[in-house]
Amino acid sequence: MLSDITIGQHFPGDSVVHRCDPRLKIIVTIAYIVVLFMAANPLGIALSLGLLALLYGVAKIPYRLILKSLKPILPVILFTSILNLFFITGEGTPLFHWWIFTIYPAGVRYAVLMSVRVVALIAGTSLLTYTTSPIVLTDAIESLLRPFAKLHLPVHELAMMMTIALRFIPTLIDETQKIMNAQKARGAKLDNGKFTERIQALIPILIPLFISAFRRADELAMAMECRCYHGGEGRTRLKNLKFTKTDLLCGVVAALLLGCVLATRLLVPGL
Amino acid sequence: MEQPMLRGQEVKFRYEPDSPTWAVDGVSLDVQKGEFVAVLGANGCGKSTLAKHFNAILLPETGTVLVEGMDTRIEEKLYDIRQRVGMVFQNPDNQIVATVVEEDVAFALENLGVPTEEMRGRVDDAMRMAGIYEKREKAPHKLSGGQKQRVAIAGVIAMRPDCLVLDEATAMLDPRGREAVMQTIRRLNREFGISVVAITHYMEEAAQADRVLVMSGGRIVMEGTPKQVFSQTARVRSYRLDVPQAAELRDELVKAGLPLPEGIITPNECAEALFALLREPGSCQ
Repeated sequence: MLSDITIGQHFPGDSVVHRCDPRLKIIVTIAYIVVLFMAANPLGIALSLGLLALLYGVAKIPYRLILKSLKPILPVILFTSILNLFFITGEGTPLFHWWIFTIYPAGVRYAVLMSVRVVALIAGTSLLTYTTSPIVLTDAIESLLRPFAKLHLPVHELAMMMTIALRFIPTLIDETQKIMNAQKARGAKLDNGKFTERIQALIPILIPLFISAFRRADELAMAMECRCYHGGEGRTRLKNLKFTKTDLLCGVVAALLLGCVLATRLLVPGL
Repeated sequence: MEQPMLRGQEVKFRYEPDSPTWAVDGVSLDVQKGEFVAVLGANGCGKSTLAKHFNAILLPETGTVLVEGMDTRIEEKLYDIRQRVGMVFQNPDNQIVATVVEEDVAFALENLGVPTEEMRGRVDDAMRMAGIYEKREKAPHKLSGGQKQRVAIAGVIAMRPDCLVLDEATAMLDPRGREAVMQTIRRLNREFGISVVAITHYMEEAAQADRVLVMSGGRIVMEGTPKQVFSQTARVRSYRLDVPQAAELRDELVKAGLPLPEGIITPNECAEALFALLREPGSCQ
Protein backbone atom coordinates (compact mmCIF):
# COMPACT_ATOMS: atom_id res chain seq x y z
CA MET A 1 0.00 0.00 0.00
CA LEU A 2 2.62 2.53 1.08
CA SER A 3 5.12 1.50 -1.52
CA ASP A 4 2.73 2.75 -4.21
CA ILE A 5 3.54 6.30 -3.25
CA THR A 6 5.92 7.87 -5.72
CA ILE A 7 6.78 11.49 -5.84
CA GLY A 8 7.10 12.98 -9.28
CA GLN A 9 6.24 9.81 -11.17
CA HIS A 10 8.72 9.06 -13.85
CA PHE A 11 8.10 6.96 -16.95
CA PRO A 12 11.49 6.13 -18.46
CA GLY A 13 11.63 6.28 -22.23
CA ASP A 14 13.87 7.20 -25.10
CA SER A 15 11.88 9.88 -26.93
CA VAL A 16 13.10 13.34 -27.86
CA VAL A 17 11.11 14.71 -24.95
CA HIS A 18 12.87 12.31 -22.56
CA ARG A 19 16.34 13.00 -23.87
CA CYS A 20 15.96 16.75 -23.97
CA ASP A 21 18.13 18.80 -21.60
CA PRO A 22 16.18 18.98 -18.32
CA ARG A 23 16.97 22.68 -17.92
CA LEU A 24 15.34 23.37 -21.27
CA LYS A 25 12.33 21.32 -20.21
CA ILE A 26 11.92 23.33 -17.02
CA ILE A 27 12.20 26.63 -18.87
CA VAL A 28 9.76 25.52 -21.56
CA THR A 29 7.31 24.34 -18.91
CA ILE A 30 7.47 27.70 -17.18
CA ALA A 31 7.06 29.49 -20.51
CA TYR A 32 4.11 27.24 -21.29
CA ILE A 33 2.41 28.20 -18.02
CA VAL A 34 2.98 31.89 -18.75
CA VAL A 35 1.60 31.56 -22.27
CA LEU A 36 -1.37 29.64 -20.94
CA PHE A 37 -2.33 32.57 -18.78
CA MET A 38 -1.46 35.28 -21.24
CA ALA A 39 -3.27 33.74 -24.19
CA ALA A 40 -6.63 33.48 -22.48
CA ASN A 41 -8.57 33.37 -25.75
CA PRO A 42 -10.30 30.12 -26.80
CA LEU A 43 -8.13 29.70 -29.91
CA GLY A 44 -4.93 30.15 -27.91
CA ILE A 45 -6.01 27.63 -25.33
CA ALA A 46 -7.13 25.17 -27.98
CA LEU A 47 -3.75 25.48 -29.68
CA SER A 48 -1.84 25.01 -26.42
CA LEU A 49 -3.91 21.90 -25.71
CA GLY A 50 -3.05 20.62 -29.17
CA LEU A 51 0.63 21.28 -28.52
CA LEU A 52 0.42 19.36 -25.28
CA ALA A 53 -1.32 16.42 -26.96
CA LEU A 54 1.46 16.38 -29.55
CA LEU A 55 4.18 16.31 -26.87
CA TYR A 56 2.44 13.51 -24.99
CA GLY A 57 2.23 11.62 -28.27
CA VAL A 58 5.93 12.13 -29.03
CA ALA A 59 6.91 11.09 -25.50
CA LYS A 60 4.60 8.05 -25.79
CA ILE A 61 3.01 8.81 -22.43
CA PRO A 62 -0.51 7.33 -22.34
CA TYR A 63 -3.19 10.03 -22.24
CA ARG A 64 -5.06 8.30 -19.44
CA LEU A 65 -2.22 9.34 -17.13
CA ILE A 66 -3.45 12.91 -17.54
CA LEU A 67 -6.76 11.89 -16.00
CA LYS A 68 -4.88 10.20 -13.16
CA SER A 69 -2.86 13.31 -12.43
CA LEU A 70 -6.02 15.45 -12.55
CA LYS A 71 -7.87 13.33 -10.03
CA PRO A 72 -6.56 15.01 -6.86
CA ILE A 73 -7.31 18.54 -8.06
CA LEU A 74 -10.72 17.76 -9.58
CA PRO A 75 -12.58 19.23 -6.57
CA VAL A 76 -10.60 22.46 -6.93
CA ILE A 77 -11.47 22.72 -10.61
CA LEU A 78 -15.14 22.04 -9.94
CA PHE A 79 -15.27 24.50 -7.07
CA THR A 80 -13.66 27.36 -9.00
CA SER A 81 -15.75 26.79 -12.10
CA ILE A 82 -18.96 26.82 -10.06
CA LEU A 83 -17.88 30.04 -8.39
CA ASN A 84 -17.01 31.55 -11.76
CA LEU A 85 -20.30 30.38 -13.18
CA PHE A 86 -22.35 32.27 -10.62
CA PHE A 87 -20.21 35.25 -9.75
CA ILE A 88 -19.12 36.53 -13.14
CA THR A 89 -21.59 39.13 -14.24
CA GLY A 90 -21.66 40.14 -17.86
CA GLU A 91 -23.69 42.06 -20.36
CA GLY A 92 -26.68 40.68 -22.18
CA THR A 93 -29.52 38.63 -20.88
CA PRO A 94 -28.85 36.08 -18.20
CA LEU A 95 -29.11 32.49 -19.32
CA PHE A 96 -30.57 31.38 -16.06
CA HIS A 97 -32.09 33.13 -13.12
CA TRP A 98 -33.43 31.64 -9.92
CA TRP A 99 -33.62 33.32 -6.50
CA ILE A 100 -30.18 34.88 -5.99
CA PHE A 101 -28.47 32.77 -8.66
CA THR A 102 -27.90 34.25 -12.08
CA ILE A 103 -25.77 32.81 -14.87
CA TYR A 104 -24.51 35.04 -17.65
CA PRO A 105 -22.96 33.81 -20.91
CA ALA A 106 -19.70 35.45 -19.85
CA GLY A 107 -19.73 33.35 -16.70
CA VAL A 108 -20.04 30.13 -18.67
CA ARG A 109 -17.29 31.16 -21.03
CA TYR A 110 -14.99 32.10 -18.19
CA ALA A 111 -15.73 28.96 -16.18
CA VAL A 112 -14.99 26.68 -19.12
CA LEU A 113 -11.83 28.51 -20.14
CA MET A 114 -10.56 28.59 -16.59
CA SER A 115 -11.01 24.86 -16.02
CA VAL A 116 -9.48 23.95 -19.37
CA ARG A 117 -6.55 26.16 -18.53
CA VAL A 118 -6.01 24.50 -15.16
CA VAL A 119 -6.23 21.08 -16.82
CA ALA A 120 -3.63 22.13 -19.38
CA LEU A 121 -1.45 23.49 -16.59
CA ILE A 122 -1.49 20.23 -14.63
CA ALA A 123 -1.03 18.10 -17.73
CA GLY A 124 1.88 20.28 -18.85
CA THR A 125 3.77 20.18 -15.58
CA SER A 126 3.07 16.45 -15.22
CA LEU A 127 4.71 15.88 -18.58
CA LEU A 128 7.89 17.33 -17.11
CA THR A 129 7.96 14.88 -14.20
CA TYR A 130 6.79 11.97 -16.37
CA THR A 131 9.70 12.37 -18.76
CA THR A 132 12.45 13.50 -16.35
CA SER A 133 13.86 11.40 -13.50
CA PRO A 134 13.89 13.17 -10.12
CA ILE A 135 17.70 13.04 -9.98
CA VAL A 136 18.09 14.75 -13.32
CA LEU A 137 15.45 17.24 -12.31
CA THR A 138 17.38 18.06 -9.15
CA ASP A 139 20.57 18.58 -11.16
CA ALA A 140 18.70 20.85 -13.54
CA ILE A 141 17.22 22.92 -10.72
CA GLU A 142 20.65 23.28 -9.15
CA SER A 143 22.12 24.33 -12.46
CA LEU A 144 19.33 26.81 -13.20
CA LEU A 145 19.49 28.37 -9.76
CA ARG A 146 23.28 28.64 -9.73
CA PRO A 147 23.30 32.35 -10.68
CA PHE A 148 21.32 33.02 -7.49
CA ALA A 149 24.11 31.57 -5.36
CA LYS A 150 25.78 34.96 -5.73
CA LEU A 151 22.83 36.41 -3.84
CA HIS A 152 23.63 33.95 -1.00
CA LEU A 153 20.78 31.64 -1.89
CA PRO A 154 21.91 28.21 -0.62
CA VAL A 155 21.52 26.55 -4.03
CA HIS A 156 23.85 23.61 -3.47
CA GLU A 157 22.35 22.91 -0.05
CA LEU A 158 18.84 22.89 -1.50
CA ALA A 159 19.85 20.47 -4.22
CA MET A 160 21.64 18.25 -1.69
CA MET A 161 18.56 18.25 0.51
CA MET A 162 16.38 17.24 -2.41
CA THR A 163 18.76 14.43 -3.36
CA ILE A 164 18.89 13.10 0.18
CA ALA A 165 15.10 13.34 0.49
CA LEU A 166 14.68 11.39 -2.74
CA ARG A 167 17.23 8.85 -1.58
CA PHE A 168 15.53 8.29 1.78
CA ILE A 169 11.87 8.25 0.72
CA PRO A 170 11.90 4.51 -0.10
CA THR A 171 13.96 3.73 3.01
CA LEU A 172 11.58 5.60 5.30
CA ILE A 173 8.49 4.14 3.61
CA ASP A 174 9.93 0.71 4.26
CA GLU A 175 10.58 1.64 7.84
CA THR A 176 7.06 3.01 8.32
CA GLN A 177 5.68 -0.29 7.10
CA LYS A 178 7.88 -2.17 9.57
CA ILE A 179 6.84 0.05 12.48
CA MET A 180 3.18 -0.31 11.53
CA ASN A 181 3.52 -4.08 11.50
CA ALA A 182 5.33 -4.01 14.83
CA GLN A 183 2.61 -1.87 16.38
CA LYS A 184 -0.11 -4.05 14.90
CA ALA A 185 1.62 -7.08 16.41
CA ARG A 186 1.31 -5.29 19.76
CA GLY A 187 -2.41 -4.83 19.21
CA ALA A 188 -2.60 -1.35 17.69
CA LYS A 189 -5.73 -0.74 15.64
CA LEU A 190 -4.71 1.35 12.69
CA ASP A 191 -7.36 0.70 10.08
CA ASN A 192 -10.64 1.17 11.90
CA GLY A 193 -12.17 3.41 14.48
CA LYS A 194 -13.36 6.97 14.44
CA PHE A 195 -11.39 9.69 12.68
CA THR A 196 -9.89 11.02 15.92
CA GLU A 197 -8.98 7.50 17.01
CA ARG A 198 -7.19 6.87 13.77
CA ILE A 199 -5.24 10.10 14.12
CA GLN A 200 -4.27 9.08 17.64
CA ALA A 201 -3.20 5.67 16.38
CA LEU A 202 -0.63 7.41 14.19
CA ILE A 203 1.30 8.75 17.19
CA PRO A 204 2.97 5.42 18.05
CA ILE A 205 4.04 5.18 14.43
CA LEU A 206 5.32 8.69 13.97
CA ILE A 207 7.41 8.89 17.15
CA PRO A 208 9.60 5.86 16.38
CA LEU A 209 9.79 6.96 12.77
CA PHE A 210 11.07 10.40 13.76
CA ILE A 211 13.58 9.01 16.23
CA SER A 212 14.96 6.65 13.65
CA ALA A 213 15.05 9.39 11.02
CA PHE A 214 17.13 11.56 13.35
CA ARG A 215 19.47 8.67 14.07
CA ARG A 216 19.84 8.04 10.36
CA ALA A 217 20.52 11.73 9.76
CA ASP A 218 23.24 11.64 12.38
CA GLU A 219 24.95 8.61 10.86
CA LEU A 220 24.57 9.95 7.34
CA ALA A 221 26.17 13.24 8.36
CA MET A 222 29.12 11.33 9.79
CA ALA A 223 29.44 9.16 6.69
CA MET A 224 29.35 12.29 4.53
CA GLU A 225 32.06 13.90 6.62
CA CYS A 226 34.17 10.77 6.25
CA ARG A 227 33.92 11.26 2.52
CA CYS A 228 35.23 14.80 2.81
CA TYR A 229 31.91 16.59 2.31
CA HIS A 230 32.33 20.29 3.01
CA GLY A 231 29.50 22.03 1.22
CA GLY A 232 29.21 23.07 -2.37
CA GLU A 233 32.48 24.96 -2.62
CA GLY A 234 34.97 23.51 -5.09
CA ARG A 235 32.73 20.60 -5.88
CA THR A 236 32.85 18.88 -9.26
CA ARG A 237 30.24 16.56 -10.73
CA LEU A 238 30.39 13.09 -12.23
CA LYS A 239 27.84 13.99 -14.85
CA ASN A 240 27.60 17.49 -16.16
CA LEU A 241 24.50 18.53 -18.03
CA LYS A 242 25.30 19.18 -21.67
CA PHE A 243 23.28 21.47 -23.87
CA THR A 244 23.50 19.82 -27.31
CA LYS A 245 22.53 20.98 -30.77
CA THR A 246 19.36 18.88 -30.59
CA ASP A 247 18.47 20.72 -27.40
CA LEU A 248 18.99 24.02 -29.14
CA LEU A 249 16.73 22.89 -31.98
CA CYS A 250 14.07 21.72 -29.52
CA GLY A 251 14.29 25.04 -27.74
CA VAL A 252 13.83 27.00 -30.94
CA VAL A 253 10.87 24.86 -32.00
CA ALA A 254 9.26 25.22 -28.58
CA ALA A 255 9.78 28.98 -28.62
CA LEU A 256 8.22 29.23 -32.11
CA LEU A 257 5.20 27.14 -31.16
CA LEU A 258 4.59 29.04 -27.95
CA GLY A 259 5.11 32.26 -29.89
CA CYS A 260 2.39 31.19 -32.34
CA VAL A 261 -0.01 30.50 -29.48
CA LEU A 262 0.71 33.92 -28.02
CA ALA A 263 0.33 35.56 -31.43
CA THR A 264 -3.24 34.29 -31.82
CA ARG A 265 -4.17 36.47 -28.90
CA LEU A 266 -2.86 39.59 -30.59
CA LEU A 267 -3.80 38.79 -34.19
CA VAL A 268 -7.26 37.33 -33.70
CA PRO A 269 -8.42 38.76 -30.37
CA GLY A 270 -12.05 37.97 -31.20
CA LEU A 271 -11.57 34.24 -31.02
CA MET B 1 62.16 3.11 8.93
CA GLU B 2 58.86 3.41 7.11
CA GLN B 3 56.14 5.39 8.79
CA PRO B 4 53.29 3.32 10.18
CA MET B 5 49.88 3.77 8.53
CA LEU B 6 48.24 4.61 11.82
CA ARG B 7 49.85 5.31 15.15
CA GLY B 8 47.98 5.93 18.40
CA GLN B 9 49.97 7.11 21.40
CA GLU B 10 48.32 6.91 24.79
CA VAL B 11 44.97 7.91 23.26
CA LYS B 12 42.38 8.86 25.86
CA PHE B 13 38.84 9.94 25.08
CA ARG B 14 35.55 10.39 26.93
CA TYR B 15 32.23 11.61 25.61
CA GLU B 16 31.45 13.94 28.53
CA PRO B 17 34.23 16.26 29.70
CA ASP B 18 33.72 15.38 33.37
CA SER B 19 32.68 11.77 33.02
CA PRO B 20 34.62 9.48 35.37
CA THR B 21 34.87 6.69 32.79
CA TRP B 22 36.98 6.89 29.66
CA ALA B 23 35.56 5.41 26.46
CA VAL B 24 39.12 4.96 25.26
CA ASP B 25 41.53 4.71 28.14
CA GLY B 26 45.13 5.05 27.04
CA VAL B 27 45.44 3.05 23.86
CA SER B 28 48.74 2.85 22.00
CA LEU B 29 48.94 0.97 18.75
CA ASP B 30 50.59 0.89 15.36
CA VAL B 31 49.03 -0.34 12.16
CA GLN B 32 51.57 -0.97 9.42
CA LYS B 33 50.99 -0.37 5.73
CA GLY B 34 49.23 -3.30 4.12
CA GLU B 35 48.38 -4.89 7.43
CA PHE B 36 44.98 -6.43 8.25
CA VAL B 37 44.13 -5.82 11.89
CA ALA B 38 40.95 -7.04 13.57
CA VAL B 39 39.71 -5.32 16.71
CA LEU B 40 37.50 -7.41 18.97
CA GLY B 41 35.65 -6.56 22.10
CA ALA B 42 32.32 -6.84 23.85
CA ASN B 43 29.70 -4.08 23.48
CA GLY B 44 30.79 -0.78 24.96
CA CYS B 45 34.48 -1.66 25.15
CA GLY B 46 35.44 1.45 23.17
CA LYS B 47 36.35 -0.16 19.88
CA SER B 48 34.02 1.98 17.75
CA THR B 49 35.14 5.09 19.59
CA LEU B 50 38.73 4.19 18.88
CA ALA B 51 37.91 3.63 15.19
CA LYS B 52 36.47 7.12 14.90
CA HIS B 53 39.83 8.51 15.98
CA PHE B 54 41.54 7.12 12.90
CA ASN B 55 40.08 9.68 10.52
CA ALA B 56 39.59 12.61 12.84
CA ILE B 57 35.85 12.19 13.39
CA LEU B 58 36.80 12.24 17.07
CA LEU B 59 39.91 13.86 18.47
CA PRO B 60 41.70 12.42 21.49
CA GLU B 61 41.45 14.32 24.76
CA THR B 62 45.03 13.42 25.56
CA GLY B 63 47.56 11.53 23.49
CA THR B 64 47.94 11.71 19.74
CA VAL B 65 46.76 9.89 16.66
CA LEU B 66 49.04 10.04 13.63
CA VAL B 67 47.87 9.07 10.16
CA GLU B 68 50.96 8.54 8.01
CA GLY B 69 52.71 10.94 10.34
CA MET B 70 49.97 13.61 10.22
CA ASP B 71 48.46 14.57 13.55
CA THR B 72 44.65 14.33 13.35
CA ARG B 73 44.44 17.54 15.37
CA ILE B 74 45.87 19.65 12.56
CA GLU B 75 42.85 21.11 10.84
CA GLU B 76 44.51 21.87 7.50
CA LYS B 77 45.29 18.17 7.09
CA LEU B 78 41.69 17.09 7.79
CA TYR B 79 40.73 16.25 4.19
CA ASP B 80 44.13 14.68 3.54
CA ILE B 81 43.58 12.41 6.49
CA ARG B 82 40.01 11.53 5.57
CA GLN B 83 41.05 10.78 2.03
CA ARG B 84 43.75 8.38 3.24
CA VAL B 85 41.66 6.63 5.84
CA GLY B 86 38.28 5.58 4.49
CA MET B 87 35.62 4.56 6.93
CA VAL B 88 32.73 2.17 6.42
CA PHE B 89 29.97 1.98 9.02
CA GLN B 90 27.53 -0.65 10.15
CA ASN B 91 24.31 0.39 8.45
CA PRO B 92 24.72 0.58 4.68
CA ASP B 93 21.44 2.48 4.31
CA ASN B 94 22.74 5.40 6.32
CA GLN B 95 25.93 5.93 4.35
CA ILE B 96 24.61 6.10 0.84
CA VAL B 97 23.87 9.66 -0.21
CA ALA B 98 22.83 9.55 -3.85
CA THR B 99 19.91 7.89 -5.59
CA VAL B 100 22.04 6.03 -8.16
CA VAL B 101 24.92 3.68 -7.30
CA GLU B 102 27.54 5.33 -9.52
CA GLU B 103 26.61 8.80 -8.32
CA ASP B 104 27.08 7.67 -4.76
CA VAL B 105 30.47 6.16 -5.53
CA ALA B 106 31.40 9.51 -7.09
CA PHE B 107 30.26 11.49 -4.04
CA ALA B 108 33.65 11.65 -2.32
CA LEU B 109 35.41 12.55 -5.57
CA GLU B 110 32.88 15.30 -6.23
CA ASN B 111 33.62 16.66 -2.77
CA LEU B 112 37.35 16.55 -3.39
CA GLY B 113 36.92 18.46 -6.64
CA VAL B 114 38.35 15.75 -8.90
CA PRO B 115 37.92 16.84 -12.56
CA THR B 116 34.98 15.19 -14.33
CA GLU B 117 37.18 13.47 -16.96
CA GLU B 118 39.29 11.77 -14.31
CA MET B 119 36.31 10.95 -12.11
CA ARG B 120 34.63 8.55 -14.55
CA GLY B 121 37.63 6.22 -14.58
CA ARG B 122 38.13 6.28 -10.83
CA VAL B 123 34.46 5.59 -10.18
CA ASP B 124 34.46 2.66 -12.61
CA ASP B 125 37.66 1.28 -11.04
CA ALA B 126 36.23 1.55 -7.54
CA MET B 127 33.00 -0.18 -8.57
CA ARG B 128 34.97 -3.00 -10.22
CA MET B 129 37.19 -3.40 -7.15
CA ALA B 130 34.12 -3.72 -4.94
CA GLY B 131 32.38 -5.99 -7.43
CA ILE B 132 29.31 -3.86 -8.02
CA TYR B 133 30.06 -2.56 -11.50
CA GLU B 134 27.04 -4.38 -12.94
CA LYS B 135 24.76 -2.51 -10.54
CA ARG B 136 26.07 0.95 -11.37
CA GLU B 137 22.79 2.33 -12.67
CA LYS B 138 20.56 0.81 -10.01
CA ALA B 139 18.88 2.66 -7.17
CA PRO B 140 20.53 1.75 -3.84
CA HIS B 141 17.27 0.76 -2.19
CA LYS B 142 16.80 -1.98 -4.80
CA LEU B 143 20.02 -3.74 -3.72
CA SER B 144 20.57 -6.36 -1.04
CA GLY B 145 22.36 -5.48 2.21
CA GLY B 146 25.65 -6.99 1.08
CA GLN B 147 25.50 -5.16 -2.23
CA LYS B 148 24.67 -1.88 -0.49
CA GLN B 149 27.62 -2.33 1.84
CA ARG B 150 29.87 -2.92 -1.16
CA VAL B 151 28.51 0.29 -2.69
CA ALA B 152 29.56 2.03 0.52
CA ILE B 153 33.01 0.43 0.27
CA ALA B 154 33.31 1.48 -3.38
CA GLY B 155 32.35 5.03 -2.37
CA VAL B 156 35.26 5.03 0.06
CA ILE B 157 37.89 3.32 -2.10
CA ALA B 158 37.15 5.74 -4.96
CA MET B 159 39.17 8.19 -2.83
CA ARG B 160 42.10 5.73 -3.20
CA PRO B 161 42.72 5.52 0.53
CA ASP B 162 45.71 3.74 2.01
CA CYS B 163 43.66 2.38 4.87
CA LEU B 164 40.13 1.15 5.32
CA VAL B 165 38.49 1.27 8.74
CA LEU B 166 35.44 -0.99 8.99
CA ASP B 167 33.22 -0.27 11.97
CA GLU B 168 31.26 -3.52 12.23
CA ALA B 169 30.66 -3.27 8.51
CA THR B 170 29.27 -6.79 8.29
CA ALA B 171 27.13 -6.76 11.43
CA MET B 172 23.81 -6.12 9.68
CA LEU B 173 24.31 -8.49 6.78
CA ASP B 174 23.10 -12.02 6.18
CA PRO B 175 25.80 -14.73 6.00
CA ARG B 176 26.03 -14.61 2.22
CA GLY B 177 26.29 -10.81 2.12
CA ARG B 178 28.88 -10.94 4.88
CA GLU B 179 31.00 -13.42 2.96
CA ALA B 180 30.84 -11.29 -0.19
CA VAL B 181 31.87 -8.18 1.72
CA MET B 182 34.71 -10.00 3.50
CA GLN B 183 35.97 -11.37 0.19
CA THR B 184 36.00 -7.85 -1.24
CA ILE B 185 37.90 -6.58 1.79
CA ARG B 186 40.47 -9.39 1.68
CA ARG B 187 41.02 -8.72 -2.01
CA LEU B 188 41.52 -5.00 -1.41
CA ASN B 189 44.00 -5.87 1.31
CA ARG B 190 46.00 -8.47 -0.63
CA GLU B 191 45.89 -7.20 -4.19
CA PHE B 192 45.94 -3.47 -3.61
CA GLY B 193 47.86 -3.36 -0.35
CA ILE B 194 45.24 -1.30 1.45
CA SER B 195 45.62 -1.56 5.22
CA VAL B 196 42.46 -2.75 6.93
CA VAL B 197 41.30 -2.15 10.48
CA ALA B 198 38.20 -4.28 10.95
CA ILE B 199 36.12 -3.86 14.05
CA THR B 200 34.00 -6.93 14.33
CA HIS B 201 31.96 -9.27 16.44
CA TYR B 202 32.61 -12.26 14.24
CA MET B 203 35.50 -14.43 15.33
CA GLU B 204 35.65 -16.15 11.96
CA GLU B 205 36.36 -12.77 10.38
CA ALA B 206 39.00 -11.92 12.96
CA ALA B 207 40.68 -15.28 12.34
CA GLN B 208 41.51 -14.11 8.79
CA ALA B 209 43.40 -11.04 10.00
CA ASP B 210 47.18 -10.65 10.32
CA ARG B 211 46.84 -9.40 13.86
CA VAL B 212 44.06 -9.37 16.44
CA LEU B 213 43.54 -6.80 19.18
CA VAL B 214 41.11 -7.46 22.00
CA MET B 215 39.70 -4.44 23.80
CA SER B 216 38.01 -4.28 27.14
CA GLY B 217 37.12 -1.23 29.22
CA GLY B 218 38.73 1.14 26.74
CA ARG B 219 42.11 -0.61 26.77
CA ILE B 220 43.84 -3.13 24.58
CA VAL B 221 44.05 -6.27 26.71
CA MET B 222 45.26 -8.88 24.23
CA GLU B 223 47.30 -8.60 21.08
CA GLY B 224 48.85 -11.04 18.69
CA THR B 225 48.28 -13.20 15.66
CA PRO B 226 44.85 -14.88 15.55
CA LYS B 227 46.56 -18.14 16.58
CA GLN B 228 48.21 -16.59 19.61
CA VAL B 229 45.04 -14.88 20.74
CA PHE B 230 42.49 -17.58 20.08
CA SER B 231 44.53 -20.40 21.59
CA GLN B 232 44.00 -18.71 24.93
CA THR B 233 40.34 -19.66 24.90
CA ALA B 234 39.73 -19.13 28.60
CA ARG B 235 41.20 -15.65 28.57
CA VAL B 236 39.28 -14.63 25.43
CA ARG B 237 36.07 -15.83 27.07
CA SER B 238 36.82 -13.81 30.18
CA TYR B 239 36.41 -10.67 28.03
CA ARG B 240 32.91 -11.82 27.11
CA LEU B 241 33.97 -12.92 23.65
CA ASP B 242 33.59 -16.19 21.82
CA VAL B 243 36.40 -18.04 20.15
CA PRO B 244 36.13 -19.44 16.63
CA GLN B 245 34.22 -22.69 16.52
CA ALA B 246 37.29 -24.64 15.42
CA ALA B 247 39.25 -23.44 18.47
CA GLU B 248 36.33 -24.32 20.69
CA LEU B 249 36.11 -27.82 19.25
CA ARG B 250 39.86 -28.31 19.69
CA ASP B 251 39.54 -27.23 23.32
CA GLU B 252 36.74 -29.66 24.05
CA LEU B 253 38.60 -32.50 22.34
CA VAL B 254 41.74 -31.78 24.37
CA LYS B 255 39.63 -31.81 27.52
CA ALA B 256 38.29 -35.19 26.44
CA GLY B 257 41.85 -36.44 26.23
CA LEU B 258 42.79 -36.14 22.58
CA PRO B 259 46.32 -34.86 21.89
CA LEU B 260 45.57 -32.03 19.46
CA PRO B 261 48.17 -29.35 18.74
CA GLU B 262 47.72 -25.72 19.80
CA GLY B 263 46.81 -22.87 17.49
CA ILE B 264 43.90 -24.41 15.63
CA ILE B 265 41.50 -21.66 14.62
CA THR B 266 40.10 -22.41 11.19
CA PRO B 267 37.88 -25.36 10.18
CA ASN B 268 40.55 -26.52 7.72
CA GLU B 269 43.29 -26.64 10.33
CA CYS B 270 40.97 -28.49 12.64
CA ALA B 271 40.09 -31.02 9.95
CA GLU B 272 43.75 -31.58 9.08
CA ALA B 273 44.72 -32.10 12.70
CA LEU B 274 41.92 -34.59 13.20
CA PHE B 275 42.83 -36.36 9.98
CA ALA B 276 46.46 -36.66 11.10
CA LEU B 277 45.30 -37.96 14.44
CA LEU B 278 43.06 -40.60 12.89
CA ARG B 279 45.81 -41.84 10.57
CA GLU B 280 48.22 -42.30 13.45
CA PRO B 281 47.91 -45.95 14.42
CA GLY B 282 46.80 -46.55 17.95
CA SER B 283 45.95 -42.96 18.78
CA CYS B 284 42.23 -43.63 18.84
CA GLN B 285 40.66 -46.79 20.02
